[in-house]
Formats: sequence, structure tokens, C-alpha cells
Amino acid sequence: MAVPMSNVDEIRDRVILGEFGVRNVHSTNFPGNYPGYDDSWDLKKFKKNFRLDVVHMDENTLEFDMVGIDAAIANAFRRILLAEVPTMAVEKVFIYNNTSIIQDEILAHRLGLVPIKADPRLFEYRNAGDEEGTEIDTIQLQLKIKCTRNPRASKDASDPKELYLNHMVYSRDMKWVPIGNQADVFADANIGPVHGDILLAQLRPGQELDIVMHCVKGIGKDHAKFSPVATASYRLLPEITLLQTIEGEKAERLKRCFSPGVIELEDVNGKQVAKVINSRLDTCSREVLRHDDLKNLVKLGRVRDHFIFSVESTGILPPDVLVSEAINVLIAKCQKFLTELDSVTEME
Amino acid sequence: MELLKEDFGDMSPQQLAAPVDTVEEKWKLLPAFLKIKGLVKQHIDSFNYFINVEIKKIMKANEKITSDADPMWYLKYLNIYVGMPDVEESFNVTRPVSPHECRLRDMTYSAPITVDIEYTRGSQRIIRNALPIGRMPIMLRSSNCVLTGKTPMEFSKLNECPLDPGGYFIVKGQEKVILIQEQLSKNRIIVEQDRKGAVGASVTSSTHEKKSRTNMIVKQGRFYLKHNTLSEDAPIGIIFKAMGVESDQEIVQMIGTEEHVMAAFAPSLEECQKAQIFTQTQALKYIGNKVRRQRMWGGPKKTKMEEARELLASTILTHVPVKEFNFRAKCIYLAVMVRRVILAQGNNKVDDRDYYGNKRLELAGQLLSLLFEDLFKKFNSELKKIADQIIPKQRAAQFDVVKHMRQDQITNGMVNAISTGNWSLKRFKMDRQGVTQVLSRLSYISALGMMTRISSQFEKTRKVSGPRSLQPSQWGMLCPSDTPEGEACGLVKNLALMTHITTDMEDGPIIKLAFNLGVEDVNLLCGEELSYPSVFIVFLNGNILGVIRDHHKLVNTFRLMRRAGFINEFVSISTNVTDRCVYISSDGGRLCRPYIIVKNGQPAVKNKHIEELSQGYRSFEDFLHESLVEYLDVNEENDCSIALYEHMITKDTTHLEIEPFTLLGVCAGLIPYPHHNQSPRNTYQCAMGKQAMGTIGYNQRNRIDTLMYLLAYPQRPMVKTKTIELIDFEKLPAGQNATVAVMSYSGYDIEDALVLNKASLDRGFGRCLVYKNAKCTLRRYTNQTFDKVMGPMLDAETRKPIWRHSILDADGICSPGERVENKQVLVNKSMPTVTQTPLEGSTQPSQPQYRDVPITYKGSTDSYIEKVMISSNAEDAFLVKILLRQTRRPEIGDKFSSRHGQKGVCGLIVPQEDMPFCDSGICPDIIMNPHGYPSRMTVGKLIELLAGKAGVLDGRFHYGTAFGGSKVKDVCEDLIRYGYNYQGKDFVTSGITGEPLEAYIYFGPVYYQKLKHMVLDKMHARARGPRAVLTRQPTEGRSRDGGLRLGEMERDCLIGYGASMLLLERLMISSDAFEVDVCGQCGLLGYSGWCHYCKSSCHVSSLRIPYACKLLFQELQSMNIIPRLKLARYNE
Repeated sequence: MAVPMSNVDEIRDRVILGEFGVRNVHSTNFPGNYPGYDDSWDLKKFKKNFRLDVVHMDENTLEFDMVGIDAAIANAFRRILLAEVPTMAVEKVFIYNNTSIIQDEILAHRLGLVPIKADPRLFEYRNAGDEEGTEIDTIQLQLKIKCTRNPRASKDASDPKELYLNHMVYSRDMKWVPIGNQADVFADANIGPVHGDILLAQLRPGQELDIVMHCVKGIGKDHAKFSPVATASYRLLPEITLLQTIEGEKAERLKRCFSPGVIELEDVNGKQVAKVINSRLDTCSREVLRHDDLKNLVKLGRVRDHFIFSVESTGILPPDVLVSEAINVLIAKCQKFLTELDSVTEME
Repeated sequence: MELLKEDFGDMSPQQLAAPVDTVEEKWKLLPAFLKIKGLVKQHIDSFNYFINVEIKKIMKANEKITSDADPMWYLKYLNIYVGMPDVEESFNVTRPVSPHECRLRDMTYSAPITVDIEYTRGSQRIIRNALPIGRMPIMLRSSNCVLTGKTPMEFSKLNECPLDPGGYFIVKGQEKVILIQEQLSKNRIIVEQDRKGAVGASVTSSTHEKKSRTNMIVKQGRFYLKHNTLSEDAPIGIIFKAMGVESDQEIVQMIGTEEHVMAAFAPSLEECQKAQIFTQTQALKYIGNKVRRQRMWGGPKKTKMEEARELLASTILTHVPVKEFNFRAKCIYLAVMVRRVILAQGNNKVDDRDYYGNKRLELAGQLLSLLFEDLFKKFNSELKKIADQIIPKQRAAQFDVVKHMRQDQITNGMVNAISTGNWSLKRFKMDRQGVTQVLSRLSYISALGMMTRISSQFEKTRKVSGPRSLQPSQWGMLCPSDTPEGEACGLVKNLALMTHITTDMEDGPIIKLAFNLGVEDVNLLCGEELSYPSVFIVFLNGNILGVIRDHHKLVNTFRLMRRAGFINEFVSISTNVTDRCVYISSDGGRLCRPYIIVKNGQPAVKNKHIEELSQGYRSFEDFLHESLVEYLDVNEENDCSIALYEHMITKDTTHLEIEPFTLLGVCAGLIPYPHHNQSPRNTYQCAMGKQAMGTIGYNQRNRIDTLMYLLAYPQRPMVKTKTIELIDFEKLPAGQNATVAVMSYSGYDIEDALVLNKASLDRGFGRCLVYKNAKCTLRRYTNQTFDKVMGPMLDAETRKPIWRHSILDADGICSPGERVENKQVLVNKSMPTVTQTPLEGSTQPSQPQYRDVPITYKGSTDSYIEKVMISSNAEDAFLVKILLRQTRRPEIGDKFSSRHGQKGVCGLIVPQEDMPFCDSGICPDIIMNPHGYPSRMTVGKLIELLAGKAGVLDGRFHYGTAFGGSKVKDVCEDLIRYGYNYQGKDFVTSGITGEPLEAYIYFGPVYYQKLKHMVLDKMHARARGPRAVLTRQPTEGRSRDGGLRLGEMERDCLIGYGASMLLLERLMISSDAFEVDVCGQCGLLGYSGWCHYCKSSCHVSSLRIPYACKLLFQELQSMNIIPRLKLARYNE
């Protein structure tokens, strides 16, 4: 069993999950707040404490731990991921023909939300008021499709899939039309929608769409379609402390109060004793607090500076790239701020 | 033991011990019921009855037309039919028409009424068949509508939504509903107390020919008959004598021979004595003198006595039949009335006017039949008038009445009544306004809600609580929640889900049956039997049929016969023990609903029946035929013992409720867990559900309505109810499942305001489409000129269309897909300057002059043109309809509501990164302030959130059906299984600081509706702008770009504050300041420095007054009042 923390340490480092509310939510470890603690910021100390462990990564999702950092900074990364890492998305839709049932504006809105596979780092922002777009700031896509009757359909067919051709318009029908030298530059970039199976519209014979789209670079603050992540968030590492030995039926019940794998029973002297195995897996449902006899035997806490980040990319960029891009954005912001500061001091 | 045996009758011990089976899925009876009855079946049934049965009866009643001019001439109707709806393409060429075509082309969906007639032309007798006499608007989905019996596929071919309930009319392109009208029951004795506490009885009798109201009042212990054809109240004794009951003994025998009854009636007999009236002749003479002179129209002159006899026979208590002046039945009826009043005086049991058994509902069929009868009579009298005029004149061609049958009178009469809603029938002294309303197509629910609406005849302004309050007898028949707030509260009601309204039916077989079951005919009674304590009087539809000794047996056999199908299932029979009466009703307009029959403490419907039902072997009708289920009307319900649930069945129980949630109506049925909410909240939601936008029908995109709101991405609710499934709300939803966090955020959420997530809006939450239309007709005028549409006007230099015409096609009508801005032209129409036929002699200019009358777009925001329709309407003119579209994303000030009467406007839109998020990374779409809960007590919303959250995690929909639904405990267990908190409260991190929030946040999906009130349609401000012509003050109202009024109360504030200069500025300088010249001498207004009265300019000075003030002076002068102004220097 873990040694109970000192009271001050608990207030400084843990968020406590009470039955009716969360305690110690704010970070209080600013310099001079606690006598006997040196909270002044020090790069060396920070370097020693700071940890970043990638827990899991695949094509589109990334889970990593960020330890030893203030909530404000961690949150800044989350916010930047959501709102300030640029991507390319359909911004201008030129509808030359739309005889389908779907309204022009709704279709344009749907097209805008389709993630476009193109590395935004290779493009520039388009200038405000710029109508035409050039090879450095615009990707041109085309959607030209017409629904017809399937000549090979059997006579008594009633299924639209069999009766018609092209009656479902998918994102894969959006075709890249290179501008200028884009064909050479992005020859192997395979520009187009990330997912080919997003249903955009349904057609019936005779209806057609003839649409040209301009994708531009933008950030999620402007519109959610530019956000590179499906979501990016973090949670704090749960910490479960058993204040007493819990055994027998109680232990069994305790185990059931947490997510599977959090608490396991160990055989100690022929008795089933509960033991915290992996508190990370807990979803913090606080179920244990509903059991009157158990709630005083456990302390539910979360480590204040241990952030379990989860980043789900929309597929435009791999999630690790997104995180490093987010860091770059923050660095750029800091640098800009520093230059601003310098210019202010110079003027004085 | 003996006692016990008596209690439990002849049930065997086994039977008694058997537990009452609960039939789990008996709610499945409900879809079966709705399948055959449907939600608007009342309307359709009633209309079908009218066009198939009633119209023939009306024709029969007005069968023959004769002429005074020629006794040989006649016209006789042999038959009448209502055909299928069609439209006249060209002369005598017709083609079937679909309802949607009528909607688009602004036509009336109507069918020809044809008659077979027999008439004489000269000496020939001619029979003509299928002669049209007019057109009848056809109710959608009625038996004569093209939509009946069609499959959904065929519906879509006709551009019609298969889920549309029908039951309305299409008149001049508008969908019109004839609302259900609530009335006091006709032909029933109602004993009541007037304001002074005096007891009286009244009967409103109504037959096809006449309608009259007869009152019985008590004045100083004497009984009088009050009727508006009598100039003063007639003593009841005299009436009896006039009706042939001359002996006092006989009168008293009929009324009752109990001591107190006789004592109470004695003074009335004395009255006769005083008036010296002993014989029928004397009595008739007496009454004859009191008869109010009726308008004299032809006919042989009658003596006063004859008149009085006629009056008694046909006008007073019209509904009691009098054959060859045999007044027996009427006397007994009158005696019963007197007896009722006497008994009511004693122990004070007057009837309740608001009791729903005393109410009848009038439906479209009944109202139309009244209207048609009136028009048909008018049509016939017109024919007679023509015959009278033409026959005496000698003509070359013989008089052929067919040539004079004009169709437009009946057609226009029907169309005008339905399109204006004014039902004025002189014959019945009926003059009602607002009988019809335009079907509200804001959402599917609003249309459905309108079809079940009942409007009452009571005046809205009167402050009475009785008719407005919820009557216990309305249980299960009317929705307890769905009523508007404000002045119409409680007067406008809505039908519950399973209510059926009866139609009229034949009473001949019922009379026969009653006599066979031992009822003794009134006409064979001496009268004294009526008051025997063991004898019950049997009434049929308000008429006394006879008396019965063993009423239990009568009622029971009657019910058995009904269950066996020998009499109609809607005939009701009930006993009133206090009045010692048995009432049998077969009239139309009664409310009834089905119940499961309980026999010997066991419900008749078993699980096996339900199984057969779900397998499709059994329909709802089979349940009726096999006497498992029967209909009860309000009166019979009162006579039964109905158990709500199986476990409540006792030995006395006669019926079992099918499902308790059916006591709610359509609108209240949408609310999840309504039984957990404070009742007014459900009422509020009923009103708001009708304003929610979503989908209105599968044909919504083919409609060109004046105003239509649609949601871009409507969703089915996560928490649904049985009602939602039954009315197909899931197929035509109006709302979206929003993830709600119940917490305080930013202060922009006070007073129910909501905080919305910007990213959600970006992704399409609450996005809606607003459709409006622009209309234009191109007419042909009497002088052979016609309207023209001109192509766009080109700019002289660039040869491009001018800006106003930039969206026009070459044909002068805007092209679809274009974006229209304010003041741009949609149709470039020009009209000839001269449209009147030129006077004889004056020369017509060869080339007509044209004047531009463009149809322009007016609106602060741009629209897109969705569709242009070019067609013609009924008057052969060209009709151009343009559908305009706007897509709107929610903005600050737009109104949203959950399904629990919790409305709120959007107070702030927050970027996603600032939104709080839970451990799983979910951000709310909506943040709602928790202060909305304690005072509203909408616990249902809290449960909806829990059930919704569990449903999302589990991948299924939960039920929130009233008095049932998913249990909170089960739902919360689900949450636990998925690792969420039992109470639905999540650990949430602030998106702004990145630190956890101190409180756990109630977090989950709630179904939110976007309401039609949007800021874009309401925002208004003006600095300068148009002024009214007369007063030169700023115009009023947003539509006229009016000023914002500084009203009386605001003015009072400024006066109180002493801000006189501000007052002057607001009320005059910024409004209608005007320089006037006033003559100091005479005090009158001058003009340009000259006083016209004094003929001098010496004392004229110039000052500023409001123009309205100057106008007042001049108007006063014009009516010979001279206002004079006294001027003085203000610094002297």
C-alpha cells in the first residue's frame, strides 16, 4: 500500500475526487506560496521532472503522457490542436450545375467538412479578398457527376443500387485538378479527400452536379472544418489509494466499483485482498462513493501534472506531426510575443 | 359465508384464486386501433358520412320543387352523387386532379355534385341523369379523394406525403381545416340554477327543420314555460291544457303523486284556475294571444288558435314528434321536465353543464351538411322563383328548368364558407366566425395538432372558470396538457390519442330492440307509472321511449347484444340512478374510446390474442367482434368500473384500460417522462412543439408555401415514446440531440439563455432553411389587353442588364439558383395603363400603353431562388410562383427549447476550445444554466438526459413513455457499465484554464428543438426613415421600417425626472416638428408671414409645433371650433 502523502503535498500535487465535488482543482505551487518548498521556475528542474511518454500511436490516434507541466501549458497545446494548427479545407464552391435535391448551400457546407488530404505546410494562406487563387495557396477539386439509369438493371429491380448508376455521390468523386506546377510538385502526394466513402448527396436519373472547389489553408478558430483533429483532449492520471486493507466480499465489491483491471484481488494468507493494479485504466466513475462502507476506505485522486493526452487526427496529418506542429505554433507565438516586447522596449 | 357468496356471485374458488394475468404488450392494440381509425379518422368518417349518406337525406327532404304558376310543373330529385375531384381543362373537358396540383396552382380540390332529376317540360315528363349542380370541396383521404387506398409508392407519384394525415380541404390553394366544434348536447334536459339560485330546466331541441330552445322556470313557486316565440312566460298548467290534458288529476299523475311533488306543483294549478282556463280551446286561445307575430310569408291565414296549436306541435320542444296533433309524448316530456325541476329544488342536484357527457362535438361533415342544406334550399327556391317568373310568359321554347340550373351558387357558397370560416345560416340563426383555419405547416406536429383541436363556443372574454377547467369526465377523451395559455386557455382543447367521435346512426332498430327487451311505450302509459319508484324512464337520444321495470336486465342485455354485434358498437346505454333514467344514445358527436372488457375479474384480452395481433392474424375489428374490446362513451364510462392496471382489478371491475399513456394527446405524447414534470411545463411544451422546425412531410421540397421552416439535419430523439412511434414522429422529426452540460458559464446564460458551441454550429447544429414565396399572376383584361413580362433592361453603355434586373432570364422571370438582393426584380411584369373597356365612341389607342409593376424582393438578407413555377390558376390567368430560400445558422438571440417547456435564447457562442470537456474528450453543444431546474421542476428533462446518455453508450433508443418508459435505475446501471458516473455527473475540465472544475457536471444528450423565432426576422432599428403621410410622424412597425416609440410610460418617466429638453427633442424635434406662422392678434394659423383672418402681417410670429398639433387645430376648425393660440414673449 502506498504511503499516504503529507497534507501539503496532497494539496499541491493531487486533485481529490470527493463525493459531492472536486477539491484542490487549482494549481497552487507558485513561488513563495508554500514555505519550505522552492517553487521558483528553473529550467534544470523542469527538464528533470518533465516527461513525455507515448503510450499508444497508430495512423490516426495518439495517446501520450505529459508529466511535470502546468495545466495552463498543457491546455495551450490542446487548444492549439483544436483551433490553431492549419489544414486545407474547401472554402470556395463554384456550383455550375446542381439539379439534385440537395440545396446549394447545404451541399457546399457538406463539401467544406470533408477532410482534404494535403500537407498544409506546403501551402500559404490565401490573401483576404483574393478571388482567383494560385498554385501556392489553392488546391482545386472538381466534382462532376451525373446519375443515369442502369441499362443492365433487371426489369423487376426496385433497389436504387441496381436501378441507377452514380446515384450516391461520395467524397471519392471529388477529383483533384492541379493548378500550375502542382501536378509536378505534388505528384506523389495523392491530394484528395482523406476518406472516400463520405456520402455527399444522392441523385436520381437526370440529375447532375458540376462543381469546382477551391481548398485553402485555414485554422480551426475560423471554422471547425479547418480543425486538424476530430478531438484533442486530456485527462489527469487517476490515483486510487486504499486507506485500509480491504478483503473478502468488500474487496470483491470494491473491484466491481472500478473499471476492469484497476483493482485485482490477491491471495494473502488465504484471504482475498484488494490491490490497486493499474489506476490509469479507471474512468473515474466514482462508483465506490455510492457504497457507504467502502467510501471511507478509499481515496480517489488525480495527479495534477500528469496529463494523459489523446489526439484523434482527421487523417490529414499523422497525430504526432500535429502535436509537433502545435508545439511549433506555440513557439512561434512566444517568439512573436518576445519580438513585440523587444520592439516596445526599443521604442522607449 | 352467505355474504361472501353474494359478493363473489357464482365464481368458482379456482376462478377467484387465479391471479390476474398481465398482458405485457397490450399497447400493441393501439397501433392496430390507429391503423383502422387513424389520428384524423373522426374528420374523415364524418365527411364520408356526409357525402355518402347525409347528402342523400338532405336531397330526400327537399325532393320536390313545384311552381305556383303551373300546378302541372314540377321538378323532382331522384338521386344525388358526389364525384371524384377533377379540374375543367377546357369547356366540358375534365381531368382528375391531385391535391398537390391544387396546392401549387391555387385551385380548389373539389368534385362535382351531380343529380338525377325528373321534371316536366310542357307536358313531357323528362328524366335527366348526372346533371351537375355545383362543386363540393373534397376532404383529403376521404372516400372520394384520389388518395384513398393508395400505396406509399402511389402517394409519391402524386407528390403527396404518405404520412400526411389528411382530413383537411384545399380551397384556393390553401389548406383549410374545419376545427372540431364543441357544443352542449342537443335535445337533452338540463336542470340548472341561475344566478339568483332559482332552479330551471332548459332544452335546446334541434331537428333538421327547426332549432329552438325551451326553458322551464319557477317564479314564486309557479312553473312557467319560456320560449322566444311567446311574448310572455306561459303558465305550465295552461300549456298542459292546450296540449289536451285538461284534467288536473291527469297532470298531477304525470308529474308525480308524492306528497312534496304535489305540494310543489299545486300553485301552478291554481294559476290555471285564476286565469279561468279549463278547456283545451280556452288554453289555445290564451296562448294564441301570447304568440309573437311571425313574419308573414304567404300561405293561408290561420286563426290564433290554429297558430297556437301549430306552435305547440312544431316549435316548442321540436324534437318530440307530434303526429296529427297527438300531444301525448310531448305532455309526458313536459311533465318529466317539471318533475326534474321539483326534485332538483329539494336536494339540489342540478346538472353540470361542463360534464363532458353533456357535450357533443360537431365535425366537418355536420357543419358542411348544414351549409349544403342551406345552399341546396336556396338553389331550389331560386329555381322555383325562376319557374314562377318564366312559365306565365308565353315563349317559343318551352320552359326547360335545366337551362336555369346554375352551378356557381352552391360552388361559391361552399368555397367561400370554407375559405373565410364564416358559417352564417339564417335558417338556424347560426353566425359563426373562425370555423376554419389555415392548416399550420410549421412542422408535422403542428399540422397533426391542428387536426385534433377542439374549439368551444364559449366567449373567450368572459371570466368563467367552469368551462375552462379540466373536467374529470374528460379523462382519456381529451388531452389534459394540450391547451393554449392566455385567453383561450381551457376553451381550446385537443383529443387524446384513442378518442373516437361517433357519427349519427339509424335509431329504428334500437327502438325496436328496446321494445322487445320490455320497454313499455310512452304513448300507452297513463302517466302515473313515470313516478313509480321501481320504474325507470328510458330515453333514446333525448326522447322518452318508455319505461322499464327491470332496468338492470335491460342494460345488461343491451350491452350483450352490442358486444355480440347485433347493434352498432357506438350505441351507448347508461343508467342514471338519481334521476331513475336509462339513457340510450346513438347520436353523432359523442366522444368514446375503446376499453378491454373484464369478465369475472379477468381481462378478456389474453396474451394469445396479442400474439395473433402481432403476427397479423387479427385486426382491431376482430377484437371488437369477439367482444374482447368495446367502445364506451363518456356517459357509459360513468356507469362502469374501469381498472387502470391488471393488479387493480377487483370483483366489480367491468373494464380495463388499454394503455394509460393514451390519455395524452399527440403533442403531449412527444414529451419524454411527462409524468415526472410539473404539469404546466407539459402544457408549455405542447404549445412549443408546434413552433419547432424540422421536417413537415416527404413532399416538403415540392411545396411552394408562403413560409416554411426546415431543419438541415433533423434527428430522431434518443429518448422516444410510444406515441412518437405511433405518429411517425421519427420519420418526420423536428429537433436534434444536443449534448448538454448543465453548468454555469460566462454569465451570458442568465434567464434561461443558452451557450452554444461554435464548432457544433460549424458542423451543422441548428442549421435551418427558410423558404418563402413570391407570387404573380398575369391577367387578361376586359378591353383585350393583358399583362406582359418584359426581358431585362440593358444598360446603355455596357449592354449588360442593369443591377435590378441582373438575375432575370431572357423571359423576364428570375432564374433558379440565383442570389437575390434587396430591391432586385423577380418578375419584370408590366400592366396596361388602361384596363377598362373603352366607352362607346372614344377611340382606343392602337398601341396600348404599359406601366412597370415589377415583383421585387424585399428582405434585409439575400435569398436564393430555389424554384420557379409557371402555371395557370382557375381563372385561366398565368400564375408564376417563385420559391425563395435562405439558409441560416444559429446566432445569438435565436430561440431553442427542450421537450419540457424549457425555452431559452442563445446568449453566447463559444469556440470549442473554450468549452469544458469531460474525460472522454466530449465538449457540450449546449451549456444550460442549472437555475432553470429548481423553479420549473422538470424532472423529466433530467431523466431524459440520463436515458439519452445511456442510450448513446449502449447504441439503442430508450423509451420515456408517459407512466412507463425505461426505469432510472436500469438506465443508471447502464451508465456504470460503461464506466460513467451513476448519477450522470462527469468530471469536467475547463477549456479556458485547463484545470478541473470544482463541481461534477450533469452531462449528456437532450433533444432540443429550434423554434421559429429568430432574431434575423425580428431585429429592427432606425435612425431616420419613412414618415406617415397624414401626421408626418415616423411610421409604426418593423415591416414599414418604423421608429421606436417613446410611449406614455416612458414619457412619464422623463416628466418625473424633469428632462424637459429631452422630452421636447424626442416628442417633437425627432418626430414631426413643423414651422407655423401664428398671428398674435387673432391666435389663428397664418401662412408665409401673413394672417388671412386679420389681413395683416403685423403680429405674425413663427414657431415650431408638432405637425400633429397643427393638424388638430385645422381639423377642429373644419368642425366649427376655433382653437386660438395666445402668444407671449417668454422672457417677459
